[in-house]
Amino acid sequence: MRARLGATTIPSPVLTASGCAAAGRELDPFLDLTALGAVVTKSVQLRARSGRPTPRMAETPSGMLNSIGLQGPGIDAFLAKDLPWLAARGARAMVSIAGGAVEEYAELASRLRGAAGLVAVEVNISCPNVESRGEVFACDPAAASAVLAAVRAADPGVPVYAKLSPDVTDIVSVARACVDSGADGISAINTLLGLVIDTDTLRPVLAAETGGLSGPAIRPVALRCVWQIHRALPNTPILGMGGITNGADALQFILAGASAVSVGTAVFGDPNAPERIGRELAGALAGKGFSRCSDAIGYAHRAPGRTGVHRVDA
Amino acid sequence: MSRTWGITQAVDLAEAQQRMTAMMSIPLPPVPNVKLLKPVQVRAQIVHVRAAGAYRELALHAPGVGVDARPGQFVTLGVGGESSALLLRRAFALSGVDGNVVSVVVAAHGPGTRWILERGAGDVMDLIGPLGRPFPEPPPGGAALLVAGGYGAAPFVGLAQRLNAAGHAVAAVLGAATADRLYAVHDLAPLTQVVSVTTEDGSAGRTGRVTDVLPELLPGASAVYACGPMPMLRAVAAQAAACGLPCHVSVEEAMACGIGVCMTCVLPVIGDDGTSAFVRSCVDGPVFDAAKVRFDDIGRLPGDLHGAGAMRANT
Ligand SMILES: Cc1cc2nc3c(=O)[nH]c(=O)nc-3n(C[C@H](O)[C@H](O)[C@H](O)COP(=O)(O)OP(=O)(O)OC[C@H]3O[C@@H](n4cnc5c(N)ncnc54)[C@H](O)[C@@H]3O)c2cc1C
Ligand SMILES: Cc1cc2nc3c(=O)[nH]c(=O)nc-3n(C[C@H](O)[C@H](O)[C@H](O)COP(=O)(O)O)c2cc1C
Ligand code: FES
Repeated sequence: MRARLGATTIPSPVLTASGCAAAGRELDPFLDLTALGAVVTKSVQLRARSGRPTPRMAETPSGMLNSIGLQGPGIDAFLAKDLPWLAARGARAMVSIAGGAVEEYAELASRLRGAAGLVAVEVNISCPNVESRGEVFACDPAAASAVLAAVRAADPGVPVYAKLSPDVTDIVSVARACVDSGADGISAINTLLGLVIDTDTLRPVLAAETGGLSGPAIRPVALRCVWQIHRALPNTPILGMGGITNGADALQFILAGASAVSVGTAVFGDPNAPERIGRELAGALAGKGFSRCSDAIGYAHRAPGRTGVHRVDA
Repeated sequence: MSRTWGITQAVDLAEAQQRMTAMMSIPLPPVPNVKLLKPVQVRAQIVHVRAAGAYRELALHAPGVGVDARPGQFVTLGVGGESSALLLRRAFALSGVDGNVVSVVVAAHGPGTRWILERGAGDVMDLIGPLGRPFPEPPPGGAALLVAGGYGAAPFVGLAQRLNAAGHAVAAVLGAATADRLYAVHDLAPLTQVVSVTTEDGSAGRTGRVTDVLPELLPGASAVYACGPMPMLRAVAAQAAACGLPCHVSVEEAMACGIGVCMTCVLPVIGDDGTSAFVRSCVDGPVFDAAKVRFDDIGRLPGDLHGAGAMRANT
């Protein structure tokens, strides 16, 4: 079941989610990496980052809170080890990049330019901008647009997706700013900021206090974001994510306007999830009479009153 | 249920005991650097559940998991069933392996373990294993001291069998808050020269903690193996270090994935090059050289950690 990332054709509309599959290698025993749409790698930065202290995780009802803090080896080690492994394995990499300043994103994109295995860049703008008192890029359309313009300039050819935060008043305005600055697509959504307090210690569970909420608990919010972005920007491809655990969940995102989906937290419960969800999505689409995934993109936006069953032969 | 842990012949206890008494300096070949097999994900059926004090030991039919599993490795179980609101798997040390059957000892903790404890023979669970790195074998000829807190003794019956089979003498110190939280006291007896028991309430063995009896046993040991809560590991590691003994600890950090993709389970560990980093306990552990674990810095972000500088620049 083919899909597209920007102008690139991929063999499946199901991808992993950044930070939930490392750089793919650890999932190799559990699924066929080459059959996924792409492996979306953990957000990489210019320098190595230790990440935050532990505890970094709290399970919540149908979800989890994490405060990993983008632990990673930095772009040099990523280019030396992680990306070549994925390329040699025959998998496609959508490389997620993150930074604290516009120039860092640009430098990351130019370092990645032309690298073997790279099929797309996902720009994680849910990061604090050190030059703007730590305000998150994704919460300010102007800052988001500056990052995307810089990445676009650094690599004019590669499909670039801007990954948005749901913690904003108007996600459509951020999406539009990114697309106007050269983003080919939108990844939605990143985690929502949350908090859990331990009633024994009377302190937040996470050492970092707050963390990002993910999993099925956020699915309706994620779906609403995809819906709004697709309605406002119907020609912009969307990589939808947030709490997808099965084919029916994935189908909801496609119907809301996503052209492909990422599976994140579900991998922790079932490392085979992206492969399984790909199979289940194909079955769910066929069951509703869609012969191609692309026919179902945004299908839920059609006017009410028409039959819910789509017949291509009708 | 016999636990053979990949040893092709079942261990003959009498022979092992004989070897222990005559053991002290049997020369051993160097320990081969075993390549760990990849983990598998299987639908595992519970074949047997037995009470073990406050715990329950589950034997699961899990084809392929036990083939080359070693003591110290663990498995994860999906909990709550298909529509569960509990998304994350739960980790359990392997307490035994017998062909296609693996066993785990489960203590009630929160909703996930309580769900597991409600399962019975015939029920099916999603199981992944073997995961993590096992306990290494000690230098040839030496006596091993195994130190466990509560269900931390789970890997030690298998470990004692392997150590016996390789000609090592074994002593064990098993501690718990109360007698019903001790595990494997009887199973370890025939595999060890000494089993010393401590409970905090005095309901079995000596009143106190494992660290109270270690000073008596450490002088006869050439390596220490510890599994239990982090404060116990830290104390045992310090005592072993003071005696100049190698010490291997199996840590229990909260895990989200258990397979190395999420970076939840890290702790500060000193690497071969001397640089410290946050290291994943699920794939690089759970067994670590205690001398390399920075116990005092667990839960903190020491400034000299690899990549800590980048955190100050932007968090
Ligand atoms: C390598 C390893 C080996 C273990 N071996 C055993 C064993 O042999 N027998 C046994 O009874 N228990 C063992 N544990 C602990 C066991 O995994 C936890 O008690 C269990 O996950 C708690 O789940 P819960 O739903 O009951 O509790 P909750 O507190 O509701 O769990 C919530 C979340 O936190 C995680 N979590 C909570 N406490 C722990 C903990 N102590 N360690 C790791 N994750 C935790 C859970 O995985 C879950 O994701 C082991 C843990 C690790 C890491
Ligand atoms: C442990 C963890 C780490 C994550 N790390 C990143 C990251 O490095 N970069 C990023 O853009 N998103 C990261 N995310 C967010 C996911 O990619 C995804 O957007 C979000 O979790 C929602 O999808 P899910 O509910 O399927 O997990 C992380 C999520 C989790 C749970
Ligand atoms: S538990 Fe996910 S990396 Fe260790």
